[in-house]
Amino acid sequence: MTIRVALIGNPNVGKTLIFNNLTGGRAHVGNWPGKTVEKKEGKCLHKGVEMQIIDLPGTYSLTANSIEELIARNFIVEEKPDVVIDIVDASNLERNLYLTLQLLELEANVVIALNKYDVAKDLGYEIDVKELSKLLGVPVVPTVATTREGMDELKDAVVEAAKMKEEKEFGISYGKKFDELISRLARILQKDMELSSKYPVKWLAIKILEVDEEVLKLVDKSPCKNEIIELFGGRSLSEKIKEILGEDAEVAFAERRYAFIGEILSKSLKGARQLTLSDLLDKALLNKYLSIPIFLALWWALFRFTFDVSAPFSDLIEILFSKLGELLKAYVDNPQLASFLADGVFGGLGGVLVFVPPIFFLFLGLAILEDSGYLARAAFVVDRIMYKLGLHGRSFIPMLIGFGCNVPAVMATRTIDKEEDRILTILVNPLMSCSARLPVYVLIGSAVLGSYAAAGVYSMYMLGILLAVLMALLFRRVIPYFKGKPSPFILELPMYAKPTLRNTIIHMWERGVYFIRKAGTIIFFGIIVVWFLSNYPWEATHCGNEFLLENSYLAMLGKGLEPIFHPLGFNWMAATALLFGFIAKEIVVGTFTTIFGLEAGEPGQVASTLRESGIFTPLTGLAFMAFTLIYIPCIATIAAIHKETASWKWTIFTVVYGIILAYTVAFAIIRVGGLLGYA
Amino acid sequence: MVYKIPLAMLPENKEAVVVEVNGGMGLTRRLSEMGFTYGAKVRVLHSTPPGPILVIVRGSRIALGRGAAMKIIVSLEGNV
Repeated sequence: MTIRVALIGNPNVGKTLIFNNLTGGRAHVGNWPGKTVEKKEGKCLHKGVEMQIIDLPGTYSLTANSIEELIARNFIVEEKPDVVIDIVDASNLERNLYLTLQLLELEANVVIALNKYDVAKDLGYEIDVKELSKLLGVPVVPTVATTREGMDELKDAVVEAAKMKEEKEFGISYGKKFDELISRLARILQKDMELSSKYPVKWLAIKILEVDEEVLKLVDKSPCKNEIIELFGGRSLSEKIKEILGEDAEVAFAERRYAFIGEILSKSLKGARQLTLSDLLDKALLNKYLSIPIFLALWWALFRFTFDVSAPFSDLIEILFSKLGELLKAYVDNPQLASFLADGVFGGLGGVLVFVPPIFFLFLGLAILEDSGYLARAAFVVDRIMYKLGLHGRSFIPMLIGFGCNVPAVMATRTIDKEEDRILTILVNPLMSCSARLPVYVLIGSAVLGSYAAAGVYSMYMLGILLAVLMALLFRRVIPYFKGKPSPFILELPMYAKPTLRNTIIHMWERGVYFIRKAGTIIFFGIIVVWFLSNYPWEATHCGNEFLLENSYLAMLGKGLEPIFHPLGFNWMAATALLFGFIAKEIVVGTFTTIFGLEAGEPGQVASTLRESGIFTPLTGLAFMAFTLIYIPCIATIAAIHKETASWKWTIFTVVYGIILAYTVAFAIIRVGGLLGYA
Repeated sequence: MVYKIPLAMLPENKEAVVVEVNGGMGLTRRLSEMGFTYGAKVRVLHSTPPGPILVIVRGSRIALGRGAAMKIIVSLEGNV
C-alpha cells in the first residue's frame, strides 16, 4: 500500500530541499490542472513502505486569498492525503505556526518537520520539542534539510502517523461569542450529509464566519442554507456576519490564532533573536545608494553568465546537428528524404536543443540567487520603479533576461506569485529585444542606414522597452483580467543562506528537462512545417543543383502577402523573410542570403547586395527593423508562452497583438518619415 | 504622548504597536495573516520613500509596498 503524503509550508522554509531529500530529486514536474502553478510529485521508499510525495504550493495561509492557497486547501480537503508534512521554520516559529493551526482546523493528519533547527539554535532559540508536540497534539521532528539531518526520523514519523487515522479533536477558543456561533453553525451543517462527509463541519463554520468566499459558495448550494440564514437573522450572509462581528471580523480570527500561538510559544520556546548577520548584510544590499548599483551588477553577472557561458555549448550543438545532417545527406540517396531528415528532423532537434544550455545556466544562476535570499531583495529594490509601470517588483528580472532570449525570460516569470502579474509580464516580454534580433538590425542597418546604423540598432532596443511599458499600462487599463493595480507588494525577505549545490543542480535539471518535454515538441514540429513550406513543390524549388526558394510555397505565401505589406514598402522577399523569422528571428538574415543565392558566412556581401537590390530605402529599412522587433515572437517563445500561461488564449493573443502592433508601428514610421520628407 | 501614524511614516528603527489595519477585505486579511494584527510589535528596518519598507513583525522580515504600509496604523510613544 502506498502512503500519500502532501508537503506544505510557508515560502522559504526549505520545502524544496526536503522534497528533494525525500524523493532523491526525481520528480515529475507539471502544472496543477488548468493553472500556471507548478505541481511536483515524487516517490520515496522507506523501510519497505512506498510513499507518494506531492509538493503543495508554498503558502502562508489556507484562506481563499490566492490560487496557491486554494490549490493547497482543495488538495487536502478533496484528495485527503494520508499524511500532511507541515514544514515549519524553527527560526521563525510564530508566523509559521499560523499555517499549522489552519491545517489542524482542517483536521489534516499533520506531522511537523521543524526545519532549520540548526539556524534556530545558532540564533539562541531553545525549543522544547516534546512540549510543542504535546501542545499541538501532533508529532514534531527537528530537521536540517541542508545536511539531511532528521530525514529518517521524519519518514518514521510519517509511516507511524499513517497508521493512526483517528479523528483528532483540536480547537482554538475564539472567545465565547464566536465559539457559540461556531458550534451552532456546525450543528446545522452536520445535517447536510454531502458537505459534512467531505469537509470538517467546524472548519466550515469558522470559514463562514471568516467570510470565505469559496465556502460561502458551497453553503449557497446546501439545503441548510435557509437555516443558516435564519440563524443570522434572515439577511444575506456576508452582510449579517459583518454586522454581528463588527468591523474587525476578518482580523478577529487571525488575532485569536496569533494569541493562541503566543500561548504555545510561551511554554515551548525560549530565547530571542538579536540583530542577525542577515540584517547587517541588508544594511548594505538595501542601502539607499548602494542597492541599485549592486542589483545592476548582479543582474549583469547573471546575464553574462547565462549567455556567454552557454554560447559555446549552443554553438557546439548547432554544429553537431548540421554536421550530422550533412553526413546523413551523403548516405541517403533519395534527395527528398535526405532533405527531410537533415534539414527537417535534425534541424528541428538542433533547434530545440540549442535552447537547453542557456536555460540550464540561467536557472543555475537564478537558483543560486533565489536560494541565497537575494532574489526577494532584488524585488524590494526595484518595486518602486516597476509599480509605476503597472508591473510587479518581480517582473524586472524576466524583462532584463529578455534582452538575451525571451524563452528563458518567459520561464523566469515563475518567480512572480500572482497569476495576473505573471501573465502580464509574459505578454510584454517578447518586446524586449532578444539577441537573435540583433543580426537583423545589423544587416538592415548596415545595408541602408549608412552612418546612422548604430543609432538605428540602439533605437530598436529603446523602442522595445517603450512599447513594453506602454502595452503593460494599456493591458492593465483595458483588459478586465488585469484590471486594477499590481497586487499590493507584500513579500517576506528570508534570511540569507548558503545555496546547496545539490538543490541548485536539481532545480536546473528540472527546468531543462521540462523545457525539452513541453516546448520541444512545438518547436520541433514548427521547424518541420517551415521546412516543408520552403522545400515544396519539390521539382520547382530544386532545379538541378540550384535551390530556388522563390518557387516554394513559402515564397508564394510571401507573394500573396505582398499587397498587405505594400503600404509599408516591403516586397515579397521581405515578406518571405518575415515568414521565416517565425522559426527564429535571426533566420531573416539567412533568408536574404538564400534569396540572393549567396553563400552563408559573408555578412558584408549580403548587406551590400541588399543595398544594391534597392529592396529597402532607409525609411522602409527602419520600418522593417521595427517590424522584426515587434511581430510574432519566434516559435520557441510561443511554445514557452503556451507552457507558462497554460492557455492557448493568451498565446494566440500575444501573437495577434504582436502582429497588429508591428504593423501599426511600421506604418507610423513610414508615415511620419514621409511627412518629414524621407522616402 | 501617544501617536497614531501609518506604518509607512514610522521612522527606521523605532518600535511601535499595530492598532488598526484598514486595507479592505482581501488586503486586511492577508496582512493580518502575515502577522499584522492588533497589538503586534513592529520595527522598520529600511525605509526608502517613496518605495517599499522593510519591517520586522513577529520575528519575520516583511517587505511592504508603500500603499500597503499606509493601511497599517501603529501607535508609538514619545516624540516622532
